[in-house]
Formats: sequence, structure tokens, C-alpha cells
Amino acid sequence: MSRIQSTLEALKASGRKALIPFITAGDPQPDATVAAMHALVAGGADIVELGVPFSDPMADGPVIQRASERALAHGMTLTRVLAMVAEFRKTDSKTPVVLMGYANPVEAMGYEAFAEAARAAGVDGVLTVDLPPEEAEACAAALKAQGIDLIFLLAPTTTEDRVAHVARLASGYVYYVSLKGVTGAANLDVTSVADKLATLRQHLSIPIGVGFGIRDAATAQQVAGIADAVVIGSRLVQEMEAGAAGLNDRLTTFLTGVRQAMDQA
Amino acid sequence: MNDKANYSLPDEQGHFGIFGGIYVAETLIPALDELRVEFEKAIADPEFMAEYRNELKHYVGRPSPIYHAKRWSEELGGAQIYLKREDLNHTGAHKVNNTIGQALLARRMGKKRVIAETGAGQHGVASATVAARYGMECVVYMGAEDVARQAPNVFRIKLLGATVVPVESGSKTLKDAMNEAMRDWVTNIDSTYYIIGTAAGPHPYPKLVREFQKIIGEECKTQIVEMIGRQPDAVIACVGGGSNAIGMFYPYIEVEGVRIIGVEAGGDGVETGRHAAPLTSNAKPGVLHGQRSFLMQDENGLIVETHSISAGLDYPGVGPEHSYLKDIGRAEYVAINDDEALAAFHDLCKYEGIIPALESSHALAQAAKMAKTMNKDEVLLVCLSGRGDKDIPTVAKMSGIQL
Repeated sequence: MSRIQSTLEALKASGRKALIPFITAGDPQPDATVAAMHALVAGGADIVELGVPFSDPMADGPVIQRASERALAHGMTLTRVLAMVAEFRKTDSKTPVVLMGYANPVEAMGYEAFAEAARAAGVDGVLTVDLPPEEAEACAAALKAQGIDLIFLLAPTTTEDRVAHVARLASGYVYYVSLKGVTGAANLDVTSVADKLATLRQHLSIPIGVGFGIRDAATAQQVAGIADAVVIGSRLVQEMEAGAAGLNDRLTTFLTGVRQAMDQA
Repeated sequence: MNDKANYSLPDEQGHFGIFGGIYVAETLIPALDELRVEFEKAIADPEFMAEYRNELKHYVGRPSPIYHAKRWSEELGGAQIYLKREDLNHTGAHKVNNTIGQALLARRMGKKRVIAETGAGQHGVASATVAARYGMECVVYMGAEDVARQAPNVFRIKLLGATVVPVESGSKTLKDAMNEAMRDWVTNIDSTYYIIGTAAGPHPYPKLVREFQKIIGEECKTQIVEMIGRQPDAVIACVGGGSNAIGMFYPYIEVEGVRIIGVEAGGDGVETGRHAAPLTSNAKPGVLHGQRSFLMQDENGLIVETHSISAGLDYPGVGPEHSYLKDIGRAEYVAINDDEALAAFHDLCKYEGIIPALESSHALAQAAKMAKTMNKDEVLLVCLSGRGDKDIPTVAKMSGIQL
């Protein structure tokens, strides 16, 4: 059983929902990332999603675009992101880490080489935004061979037969993009998300996380009422944008509030 | 070679060999599926195609002529250079062939809002033009750097009633405009049709744009025979994303004895690294903007900044079909540097009274280079993809002249 799977199953057994924060690796500066990851765990994160910065983040809104630009200005690369995960693993062997990014850096490294390096670093899951199931077979095989979960996005526009296709390749959890748009866009509509999740569950046996547009404890609480996991990205990246001063405390404090609200859901 | 006979690519999933495909976020996939289905229906519908052809005839002014650049050819002293005059189309470039087709498709799909990315501004103008023609709302994304260097086209787009959004992210050029257009599309997917301007992007765009641009090569095949009694020895076109080139090349893929030559932007020189020539510089294949193709990137898979005197060629990738044609050896790809393109620009003004676009000047420069080494009875057919009025400020600046 993968670390992601066992984490999510343990939560389910205790009647709790997973909290999955996202930050961009190397933002605001590379030496802040590992400490920030630990701060997120201290605030109640169950899984940490680490963004791999890319020069052309087509699916991201301005907040995460700027995070990528800051990280790249400091010379961040996929190789350095993997080194950060290895560093994190030295003191946390429990919290699953999921890399989220775009296809080309992975392509450039090569699927097999990437999968091996990711496993060695202690990566548990990979979400490649622009690698839909149609193009993901080779990458999925390489990751599976290393015991790494391939996380897929599902969207409000996803048709039912596509959900079945995703279900065949996906493991760990799926990430439901709660609205049509880029990351950090307007607030989500909980009712329409709930309707869609009911449809998705007819085809999926693995947990469903919901993200895009979750900016505060109240929304997180509502989403925790309908989903298996809550993903928060742009709101946290705004904390990173505010600079390194007091960053870890701010991350922990914000996430603790979200965690408490979710546990009351 | 088998690959060249009975050429029928892309396959169902949009692949040209290992190139092409559909590398986009999930939200866009159903929209691309819908587009693929509607597009295939439309091009199989005689009524749709009749309207498209009728618009090309009466609104665009097709067929565009082929012109023998006799004085320039004589001056060069070798092969005869013929020009396919896409610059004479309404709006001044080949781009309108595609925007007419896609706007008709958008109308057929019930979309009232169109968006476009643009580099040199020609596709932005062509999109704004058809949006006005068919009564649609139009938003054009343009890199902030290109907004500055293509001011006349920015104003043309606004005159036509469209909105220009300068894109400040990344390198502030064509690729960033495309990123921003994709972000708009994913946000407004129900109401909006994305008119991609080049033969690149996720399936079905490379095929779709080719089908609306192949009129260029189809006309050539008939017209040149009427003029010289045979097909040319080579067809030559500039390649950024590669839409005029694929329109010119596609009908010639199966024609034996005709060399196909694509001309990329060599910028300061391919050896300097400051260029926009992924094919000539032997870039590795990579994934960007929904497709796999040869792609200018660093060793970490990050996209590198490109350079060209011509905004329309200033792009790190290339349409997947060009990558495939290079791979199977059917087409040859070369690079022309900024200074060579500029010299050809001036030559065409001086010897033929035609002001070519800087993009097209790359193809002209390659023709001039080849012509000198060829016999006088040999023929080069060059796609003069656009007129150069938009480039006058750039050329003046390069020549140290204040307008």
C-alpha cells in the first residue's frame, strides 16, 4: 500500500478529511521550502503538494505564475525540487509528498529516470497538469514501476466516459478542479461541486480531493463535508509572496485554522 | 519512402509519428473533443466548404496570384524566383484564410466570443477582421514586447473593434500570449472559441489550421503549371509555428521532385543561441502548448527565450507536422539570420516594388541564397506570406531612421 493510500485510509477510518496544501518549490527562495513543508505539516497537513516551477504555467493564475517566476529566478529545477523532497524526508518519513507540475521538465529528464529519482527522493505521487490520460500511458507505467501514484485532474467539463478512462490509470487520489478556470480564480460553488462528486463516485473507487478556489476555513469546511480531501494552493502562495519574514508561523497558523474548521465539518 | 506516399496524418489522436497529440489540462479536453467532431463534420459538409470558398473569393480576394520576380531573379543571376502573393489577401497576409475558416466554425458551434493570440499582429488583425465581419466579440492576447514593436497592427486591431490585452508575463512575446489565451479559454470555455493562428497547439488545431491554409499550395499546383508548364524545383516558406508553410507544403508532400524548404528565424545566428530555430538547431522534442514537437529548451526542460527581428517567427516551438516532415526527411529546414532577412526585405522593395513582411523576408533570403547556385531554367516558388507595412517602424529603427 502506498504512503498516500495508507494516509487516506487512516483518515477515513477516523472519520476525518485530508488537508492538502500546495506551495511552489523554491518560492520565495529555495532555502525556505523544506522548512515551509514542515510548517505545513505542523499546521495539520496530511499530504503536501509541491509545485515544480515551469517557465510556461498555462493552467495557473497570476499568483502561482509569480511564484514560479520567483522560484525560477533563483535557478530552481526539477532536480533541485527532488533534492528538497529528500531533505524533507530526513525528518519526516510519514507525510506523503506529491509533485505537481507540467510535462516538459519530466519529459526532459525522461520518464524512467524521473520515476527512479523521484522514488529515491521519497516522492509519493505525481500530478502532471498537461498530461491527460490520452498521453499518459508511458509516464504512468514508469511511475507505477517505482510505486509512485499518478494523480489526475478531473474537471466540471469532464464527461462520464472520460472519468472511467481516468479511473483505469489513476491511483492515490484524483484531484477535482472545482471550477472552469485557472488556479486562484473566484470562489467555488459547493452545491455544483457536490453534484459532480456524486457522479464521479459512480466510476471511481479512490478518494477525491477538491481544489481551485478554496481560500478560507469556511469554504474548506464546506468542501470537507462533500469531498475526501481539500486542496489549498493560491491562498498559501500569497503568504509566500508576502516574504520570508515570519513565513513558517503564518503558514502554520493559517493551516491550523483550516484544519480545525474541517475537523468540525 | 512509405511515409510520404498516401500521406494521411495526423492519426485519430492527432499524432504525426511521435509529434502532436493533446497535452492539455483536463478542463480543455472535452472542448477539444467537441471541436474535433464539429470540425470534421464541417469540412465534410459541402455547404460549409462552399461558404468558406465563397468568402475566400469575395472577401479575401482569392485566388492570390503567383508573380515572377524577374528583375530580382536576373540580378541574382540564377534560378527564377516566383512569389505566391499571400500579401495581396485582404488584411495583408495568409492568416485570414484560417481565421475565416475558424470563425465560420465558431458560428456553426454557436460561439459568440472569439479569442486569439498574436505575435506580429497579423493573426490578431485577421481575427479582429472576421469577428467584425461575423458580428462576434473578439479579444486578442499579445506579448507586451510585441505590442511595443508592432504598434500599427495594435491600432488596426482596435480600429476593427477588438480588445488587445498586452501580456506581461514570461518573455512577453508570442508564447506568453498563447499561455494567456489558453487561460482565458479554460475560464470561458462555454461561450468562447479560441482561434489559434498557427498550425500548432493541441489536436485538432494543427490539422484544422492546415486544412484552412492548404488553399495556398493547392492554388500553386495549378497556377505554376499554367505559367511555366511544370511544378517548381522547390517550394520555400518561412516557419514560426508554420501555418503558411504547412499550407504551402501539404499539397506538395506527395509530389515527387519538388524540394520542400522551411526557413526558420536564425536571429543573431543559430551558433549564438539567440535565435528561434528549433528545427535547424536540433532542439530536443518537448511538450508545450498542448503538443509534442521540437522545442527550444534548456537541460532542465524549461523553455528558453527566443530572438528574431520578426515577431511572427519569435517562437520556441514549431507545428508538429513540421517536426514530422523533418524527421522523415520529406522537408528540409534551414535558418536565415536577421541581417540576411533584412537584406532580402530591401531587395524586394528595390527590384520588385513589393514591401514584404519581415517573416516572409526569411523565405525570400533563402530563395536568394539558393538561386545564385542554380541554373536559370530552374524555378523556386516562395510563399510571400504577408506584406511589410507593419514592419516599417522596425526597419526604420534598424536603419537608424526616426519616423
